[in-house]
Amino acid sequence: MFLEMIQTLPQVLIDGLTLGAVYAVVALGYTMVYGILQLINFAHGEIFMTGAFIGTALFIFLMGMSWITAIPQILVLIVVLVVTASLTGLMGMGIERVAYRPLRKAPRLIPLITAIGISFILQDVVRFIAELSSGNYIVTGPSLFTEQITLKLSSVSSNFNDASFKSSFIIVLVIAIILMVSLDYFINKTKYGIAMRAVALDRDTASLMSINVNKMISLTFFIGSALGGATGVLFAVQYGTIDPFIGFILGMKAFIAAVLGGIGNIRGAMFGGILLGVLEMFAAANLSLITAGILGAEYKDVFAFAILILVLIFKPEGLLGRPVAEKV
Amino acid sequence: MKLKKSFALLSASVLSIGILAACSSDSSGSSDSKKDVPDDGTSVIKIAAQLPLSGGSAIIGESIRLGAQLKLEEESEKFKELGYTLQLEPYDDQSDPKKGVSNANIIGADESIFAVVGHYNSGVAIPSSEVYDKYKLAMITPGATAVDVTERGLKTVNRIVERDDGQGPAAAKYGVETLGAKKIFIIQDKTAFGTGVAEAFKGAAEKLGAEIVGFEGITVGEKDFNGVVNQVLSKKPDLVYFGGIYSEAGIIIKQAREKGIDVPFMGADGMDSSGLVDIAGDAVKNTFITSVAGESTATEAGKKFVEAYKTAFNKDAEAFSVYGYDTMGVILQAIETAINDNGGKVPSREKVAEAIRATKDYQGALTNVTFDEKGDNVNAKIYLYKFDEAVYPGVLEGEVTP
Repeated sequence: MFLEMIQTLPQVLIDGLTLGAVYAVVALGYTMVYGILQLINFAHGEIFMTGAFIGTALFIFLMGMSWITAIPQILVLIVVLVVTASLTGLMGMGIERVAYRPLRKAPRLIPLITAIGISFILQDVVRFIAELSSGNYIVTGPSLFTEQITLKLSSVSSNFNDASFKSSFIIVLVIAIILMVSLDYFINKTKYGIAMRAVALDRDTASLMSINVNKMISLTFFIGSALGGATGVLFAVQYGTIDPFIGFILGMKAFIAAVLGGIGNIRGAMFGGILLGVLEMFAAANLSLITAGILGAEYKDVFAFAILILVLIFKPEGLLGRPVAEKV
Repeated sequence: MKLKKSFALLSASVLSIGILAACSSDSSGSSDSKKDVPDDGTSVIKIAAQLPLSGGSAIIGESIRLGAQLKLEEESEKFKELGYTLQLEPYDDQSDPKKGVSNANIIGADESIFAVVGHYNSGVAIPSSEVYDKYKLAMITPGATAVDVTERGLKTVNRIVERDDGQGPAAAKYGVETLGAKKIFIIQDKTAFGTGVAEAFKGAAEKLGAEIVGFEGITVGEKDFNGVVNQVLSKKPDLVYFGGIYSEAGIIIKQAREKGIDVPFMGADGMDSSGLVDIAGDAVKNTFITSVAGESTATEAGKKFVEAYKTAFNKDAEAFSVYGYDTMGVILQAIETAINDNGGKVPSREKVAEAIRATKDYQGALTNVTFDEKGDNVNAKIYLYKFDEAVYPGVLEGEVTP
């Protein structure tokens, strides 16, 4: 049993990292908004989904042009990423302006319910548009970065099976890392990033220091939503097929990743996402082995969430979160 | 300030008008008083079609609806002469049992509806049929294959296609005897249909001497099935069988092929859709599906149907389109019988249900329908298709038996 688990481990790690990278970047959006507003933006998963649809639509449109074949696919991807991130970023700002800003002084539960409402609206709007254009809301984009790469690990050690992946795996992973590192740099080293952290720490004091609080909150939503939309594009490239409901479950898992790493903590969200992706993939591949066939791959979420519960019982602030001292 | 107030007032007015308009407008499948009283003095007979018109099975659901509509339009003149106007009332069950039951209650309450074409998904057909039965309203499913659809002894429930306990074993027999599979990995989608057909396949394959090296479930709607695919990779089976529908099947096949799994894939009629090819692309090669749906062009009447469908709707017929057509044919024949038995007057729902169950040797465009005491069609067949290239439909290999 143990040997079989070891044999598939490289493949599990590759697939887990791909999924984990997606969770991690989406989790950043949750953690940023929570850090600055103490709001769980449950519409964030749907922004990710909208990004996937915008990206796929752009790919289909661009691939329909004959001259596009002369341009390297990676450049096309970068253009699509930038356009999609900009559009979803503006969308996030719009949602904040219309749905959340008027409720800023309302009890915590009200904006939370509003976020869930926005989530359903986005789902149905995208579903309506997708069905209008293709008669079916399951959309398959063009095949990109499909070159197969095989790691001949069996020649290194007989304990491992060979692992294979598409070239899109490298692209998704590299872009996700670039996005995460860039955000980390922006938050910690730039003037706007420091201003955002100041607003997250104490909104009233920040405004007294002539920081435009509304502007910073809008910027937070722009960045979070842009990252979510860009990740949607990466998801569409990696998995090929999308529908208007991909954001709901994935958004939930990304939120859990943010909690696992420590909500409000940027690096925690990254770590939590990667960890959750790897754990989930490990469970899907090995649960039936571990439980002698009693539990199968469909219980992978139970496994991942059980670990989350254990972490929260013993470390409620998350793996990289800091305990918050209550002022008495 | 005045401008703001004016704008708010204008917005409120527009919203109010919109809401009032929405309330007064007719929603899909609701009764409309104008519709119920045709200008020509005839009475209205409605047939509901409750199918997945959106969602994962939308391609199939819509094609069944259009097939049923075509038959209804062809027969409408005959019914005009009898003094009746036929109407098709489409309802979208979204492949969701809750939505199906909710719609079934609306359908049951509309007394001008005399029968139902539907459902496609077994998981929706089973709970919804309980509601129809309460209203004495007959339904014929053109595609729900789970055994429990007809095994509950409801007098109002019928189906014109083969069941999972025929389809699963037929696939197992082909997989073991023709494809020579000794080690088989089974994946299923945890729905009534998917689990049912996978269990039936498993039992039959084991009896035939094959070893089941894995029996795994997946969650409908997910897009990353690499966890299960990795298990397939490590177990090295000769054949992978999937119990579920095309939306997940396409992704699983694609992800498996990307990992170098080139063994044959097999599945059931839930995969019998052009959507499978759209999603899987070239990866669909070396995939076999058993289907309760035959090739529409296998008969002369079927060829005519395919041409008429293309002319009427400007799109090619799907595998299940002809079953929508034949289901409607059975319903209309039964309604006509019930009208004649009632001296030309509007029959009761019970009489229509009895006439449907009493159907013997109805020759449709493709199917010959005779219902047994459970409501199953004794003449239903199972067909096997192979995909050699990314083209739908696959190549018909012939009929298969359990």
